[in-house]
Amino acid sequence: MSPILLAEQVLNGLQSGVMLFLMAAGLTLIFGVMGLINLAHGSLYMVGAFAAATVAGLTGSFVLALVTALAGAALAGALMEVVVIRRLYARDHLDQVLATFALILIFSEGTRWAFGSFPLYLDTPDWLSGTVQLPGGITYPAYRLALIGVGLVVGVGLWWLNARTRLGIRIRAGENDREMIAALGVDIGRLYTLVFALGAGLAGLAGALVGAIQSVQVGMGEPVLILAFVVIVIGGIGSIRGALIGALLVGLTGTLGSVLLPELFKLFTDASSAATLGSAFSSMAIYVLMAGVLIWRPTGLFGARS
Amino acid sequence: MTAVLAATDLRKSFGALKATDGVSLTLREGEIHAIIGPNGAGKSTLIAQLCGSLAPDAGTVSFLGCNVTAQPVAARARMGLARTFQTSALAMEDTVLQNALLGALGASGKPWHFFAPVARDRGLKGRAEAALDAVGLADLRDVRTADLSHGQRRQLEVAVALTLEPKAFVMDEPMAGLGQEGSAQLTSFLADLKRTAPILLVEHDMDAVFALADRISVLVYGRIIATGTVDEIRRDAAVREAYLGDEA
Amino acid sequence: MTRERLLNAALVLALFAVPAWALWADEPFTITLATRAVIFALAAVGLNIALGLGGLVSLGHAVFFGIGGYAMGILASHAQNYTPIMEAPFLIEGTKSMPIIWLVAVLASGLAAWLIGLLSLRTSGVYFIMITLAFGQMAYFFATSWPTYGGEDGLSIYVRNGFPGLNTLVPIQFYGICLAWLLLVLALNRALMRSRFGLALNAARQVPDRVRAVGLDPPRLQLVALVLSGAITGLAGALFADLNRFVSPTMLSWQMSGEIMVFVIIGGVARLFGPVAGAGFYVLIEHWLGGVSEYWQIFLGLVLLLVVLFGKGGLVGMIAGARK
Ligand SMILES: Nc1ncnc2c1ncn2[C@@H]1O[C@H](COP(=O)(O)OP(=O)(O)OP(=O)(O)O)[C@@H](O)[C@H]1O
Ligand SMILES: [Mg+2]
Repeated sequence: MSPILLAEQVLNGLQSGVMLFLMAAGLTLIFGVMGLINLAHGSLYMVGAFAAATVAGLTGSFVLALVTALAGAALAGALMEVVVIRRLYARDHLDQVLATFALILIFSEGTRWAFGSFPLYLDTPDWLSGTVQLPGGITYPAYRLALIGVGLVVGVGLWWLNARTRLGIRIRAGENDREMIAALGVDIGRLYTLVFALGAGLAGLAGALVGAIQSVQVGMGEPVLILAFVVIVIGGIGSIRGALIGALLVGLTGTLGSVLLPELFKLFTDASSAATLGSAFSSMAIYVLMAGVLIWRPTGLFGARS
Repeated sequence: MTAVLAATDLRKSFGALKATDGVSLTLREGEIHAIIGPNGAGKSTLIAQLCGSLAPDAGTVSFLGCNVTAQPVAARARMGLARTFQTSALAMEDTVLQNALLGALGASGKPWHFFAPVARDRGLKGRAEAALDAVGLADLRDVRTADLSHGQRRQLEVAVALTLEPKAFVMDEPMAGLGQEGSAQLTSFLADLKRTAPILLVEHDMDAVFALADRISVLVYGRIIATGTVDEIRRDAAVREAYLGDEA
Repeated sequence: MTRERLLNAALVLALFAVPAWALWADEPFTITLATRAVIFALAAVGLNIALGLGGLVSLGHAVFFGIGGYAMGILASHAQNYTPIMEAPFLIEGTKSMPIIWLVAVLASGLAAWLIGLLSLRTSGVYFIMITLAFGQMAYFFATSWPTYGGEDGLSIYVRNGFPGLNTLVPIQFYGICLAWLLLVLALNRALMRSRFGLALNAARQVPDRVRAVGLDPPRLQLVALVLSGAITGLAGALFADLNRFVSPTMLSWQMSGEIMVFVIIGGVARLFGPVAGAGFYVLIEHWLGGVSEYWQIFLGLVLLLVVLFGKGGLVGMIAGARK
């Protein structure tokens, strides 16, 4: 394989990793602060994608579509938190899993009812539809490059939020000592709703951004959700930095696995069975990665060691 | 006399806090060795390292002459180290008898029976009931543990340890919250029990400690500042200074 | 306790009476529905051992269900095409015999549970949930991208597999096989709950520290529980594939894992007959609401939400009261 092709695949891996990071960051934040495992995070991703596709269809503005996706998902998240999720903080993980599984059913079927079973399409905006010439003779789609940029911006933004703002201080305090910050007069209920909405907004943004390169349909969120779980297991629960590293690792392993493994199998068998073997095993590559990390470090790369 | 349980220069830090700061101690055959010290001195942390639920940063633990520093909790328990917890660790949904049965089951080392009902297992039941009898819980055997009073749970903790028929006991504040009568009963019980196996006793109840202990170690800020008989400790200036403070 | 016993007896009675009525009224579809419920119940009884008794929130039980299904599909498809599964180093042929299929299903899913357990039991809590979910997804993607056995399309079997002395094509006879399995496994489960192993496992869920302190090893107890659990769910998977004469990656999907868990929870977790009540209820509302609206899962979601938020103990708990 040529180095240029490989470089493109590395970029693809980064791009999918960065989108996973948007999902995983919200999940891990919500778990870190509220101790909640939220299966319905994938539904918020879907909400973002549908909101974006609808608005883009009506107005033709991609930027407006993204803003709506972010705001819409954040709003849906806040609503979800107020109506259901806050009753779950004191419950065990099993109850959280089941209630949020129920939310998936409600969101998915509700969306199917409202939009039908056929996928919607969201086009990349004209001003990002071309390709970009990168150093080393690599041509790469501008939109995907922009996704990588957005992800990095969000990463920096989260770091800034966490390290440099009052909200960040409260969030970190909330992770450490709930009673204490409540005693200091911070409205913990509001803080939780805010954190949940923030995570939801990120998921919605990711859904909208990815929606422009894949189709927008019911059920699109859960495979991403599960990948985000893999990311969190690898990175360590509650760690934003772990989420970033984990997401990039998973993204790269996924893309590179699907290119390199068939090549690898070609050394042993004929082309067609190498292709099938390669695709079958590359679908497992990230889980093998996860298993490896588990054996090496059961609480993830950046998880609290106990 | 050889030590049944011994710690040599144990160290454990939580961040900047030295919870165990070079502790060495022994528990000898036939004795009750009490550990006293103010709240937060590191008594429970020490016990956790002796029993294996917390790995020390440095130092060794030996039990029955073997270095068990790297052995997990279950392995030490199977060797005959029985522990009671400061906050009761009992299966709250289960009955009193079931908790005692669990101890007997652990002692038997054979949990891999999938069909035969425990309720008809004479050996296990005999052992469990004897332990409940010994601490005075026999009448409550079918009560759900969650419905026990605090004092009764403390007694059940001791009963579970008894079912193990161990080579040494390590007890973390067994008298806490027992009330005067309960403490007195447990005190006389432990005085007999030490003939079966030596007891390392962490306790705040000074009456009990002075009545029971053959030796006392005083733990302050993770260090043992004195070890000796009851009289020696009473007379020790450093102890009066550090522990009793106002009377110094 | 007596009310729970009464309810259990009523459920067992229903397991016999409903198909008997269907037979008399000549409603074979009802028998098929009942068979579906019984198989789901069996899968859920399997999960209940890990979840209810062991406290292991496995969101990956579809793996075992699917492996059971594929054990059936692979063996039977080779038999129906007269192609051996492998020739070297020794010959292995397919089979249409249920007992052999069951054996393979149980062994294969038990083995998978052992492997998944070895890895996932290194952790606990949310990690465990996420990891079982992830391994489930791995199996799903593997099955979809592996073309030999139908990939995404799955495998169809033309004729239901055979059991010596029975005509499995007759719905009521196949129902009988499934019911016999369910009752047998329930009896074993009941014994298990009262056995030494059950006592230890039950304690390991509540107070792992205590269990260690008496010299037992909670992860090992949980690993064995997971293997038993997975093997039973795998057996149910083989029966399910035989009921439909079809197996596809859907059996391995995370939705399937979620559904098996829903059976347990709606019915009543850690209750012997919880999975039976839950699976029966599920099949009923699937049938009724599914007839009313294509989007019936919205209602399922609402019911589940209400049960989780307000109805501790599931159906069995609501009818028979909290456990004493
Ligand atoms: N896991 C931990 N992480 C951080 N600090 C800890 C941890 N466990 C104990 N500590 C700290 O170590 C010190 C010793 O605690 P320990 O529980 O051993 O005290 P103790 O002597 O048993 O007190 P008490 O009489 O109240 O039971 C305390 O300051 C405690 O806050
Ligand atoms: Mg203590």
